[in-house]
Amino acid sequence: MTLRLSGVGVVHPGGRRALVSVDLSVAAGERVALIGPSGAGKTTLLRVAGVSLRPTEGRVELLGEAPWQLGAGGLRRLRARIGAVHQTPPLPPRQRVVTAVLAGRLGQWSVGKALWSLVHPADTAGAHEALDRLGLADRLFDRCDRLSGGQLQRVAVARVLYQRPDLLLADEPVSSLDPATSELLLSRLVAQSEATGAALVASLHAVDLALKWFPRVVGVRGGQVMFDLPAGGVTPALLRALYAGDADANAASTSTDVVATAASAAGTMCR
Amino acid sequence: MSRWPDPDARRRGTFVVLGVVVAWPLLVLAEFKPWRLFDDGNLAVMGGFLAGFLPPSTDPAFLALLGRATVETLAMATAGTALAWAIAVPFAFVMARTLSVSRIGPARFSLAGPVLRGLARGVMMVLRAIPEVVWALVIVRALGLGPAAGVLALAITYGGMLGKVYAEILESVDARPARALLEAGCSRRMALAYGLLPGAAPELVSYTVYRWECAVRASVVMGFVGAGGLGQLMDQSMKMLNGGEASMILATFLLLVLLADAFSAGLRRVLA
Repeated sequence: MTLRLSGVGVVHPGGRRALVSVDLSVAAGERVALIGPSGAGKTTLLRVAGVSLRPTEGRVELLGEAPWQLGAGGLRRLRARIGAVHQTPPLPPRQRVVTAVLAGRLGQWSVGKALWSLVHPADTAGAHEALDRLGLADRLFDRCDRLSGGQLQRVAVARVLYQRPDLLLADEPVSSLDPATSELLLSRLVAQSEATGAALVASLHAVDLALKWFPRVVGVRGGQVMFDLPAGGVTPALLRALYAGDADANAASTSTDVVATAASAAGTMCR
Repeated sequence: MSRWPDPDARRRGTFVVLGVVVAWPLLVLAEFKPWRLFDDGNLAVMGGFLAGFLPPSTDPAFLALLGRATVETLAMATAGTALAWAIAVPFAFVMARTLSVSRIGPARFSLAGPVLRGLARGVMMVLRAIPEVVWALVIVRALGLGPAAGVLALAITYGGMLGKVYAEILESVDARPARALLEAGCSRRMALAYGLLPGAAPELVSYTVYRWECAVRASVVMGFVGAGGLGQLMDQSMKMLNGGEASMILATFLLLVLLADAFSAGLRRVLA
């Protein structure tokens, strides 16, 4: 099992409860979408899965290890096997694209190689190949601040592809992107998961994208898992209940219209 | 009262009142009476003093001496700043909270991080709390008169200053790139190199060059205690009441500061 959360609860330092007794298991190669209203706890759940946040209660098991029991070295090696795509790409504006992509493997490189790579890229071919998959190969030697928001997110995804992690986590990776770029990013993440057998867990605003690209959909609301179903089993009624009373109710109701068609297509779309 | 009272208004008002209440007695204590500069007698005295500075001395023998002292001062400031940098970098690396791995999670509470960070902070404070002149006075007794004492004194005090400010710069830039790298199993050193330095480099460089500029000026004071360079020359000129030489030395300082400023601006442009 790549990821196993049992009875995970999170209370933020301010006293606000973000997760309540969450059980979630993800096998290698599995692709899971997290959907739910804003503030439901999707990001917190992903942070727990990425060893970025220690849960207040419950057990986390990641790639066969209990991360919070590991020593510093073991934890580092475990983290090197987890790749995360963030909502806003965490790339330094003054860094070159090639360096930003190669930084994906810093967890695996020796200090000497990493330092030398700041002077002269250690694996230009590798970075080029990762960027090429996202249609950005021509920007290899540009600086990150020359890129648009959507291009930056593609660089961030290229970095994760280059990292070749065993667990891919994506927190709203396409929330600020146009539809074509969203499709491109998701298709590349899915292809990577298929090619390398890495599990992929992504939170998404857009229900239609979740149903289209992910065989398994988990609905999160109020810090709890409301449903955990194959994409084909997600009904408009479930979605209405999931988003009920949400400020985005309008967006959600339009999503549910899409769902009727998307859900029927899901069975064939998801390979 | 408006319908939506600003919740911060009271706090801000308090700060303004506190600022005035604290500043006023301070000004009285410091005998802050700048208008006394313009009393008739005082202006004449200052004028007389300054008139002694003109014309600047152009005596070839003195100019040769000045050139030598300038090179000595530059060498002292540069070597001192370089040593200070070598002291500051490891300390800043230890202190910067943006590179803390244990804050991710946060991990199980351990004293090691806070204790190490507190120790580093303490060492930096001791180094910079004692003025460089005092260090120079102490070191001159061991090494004898000459620039070596100045270099060491600068290295110690400026090491403390650079370390503190480097750590603060590293904490003030966007921490997300470094945090993302640490979360992907990258070491602290590489998180610094790949995550923090790209954002912090211009600030770090311009502060370092500014400190170098300060070191050039600080060498005057240290020259007074026998640490060589332009300061010692200045000390001799002033003692012999040779205003022309003193003004020439001041002009040299102005030139050096101008150079430092241009150098810093150039470096920032390159790194921008």
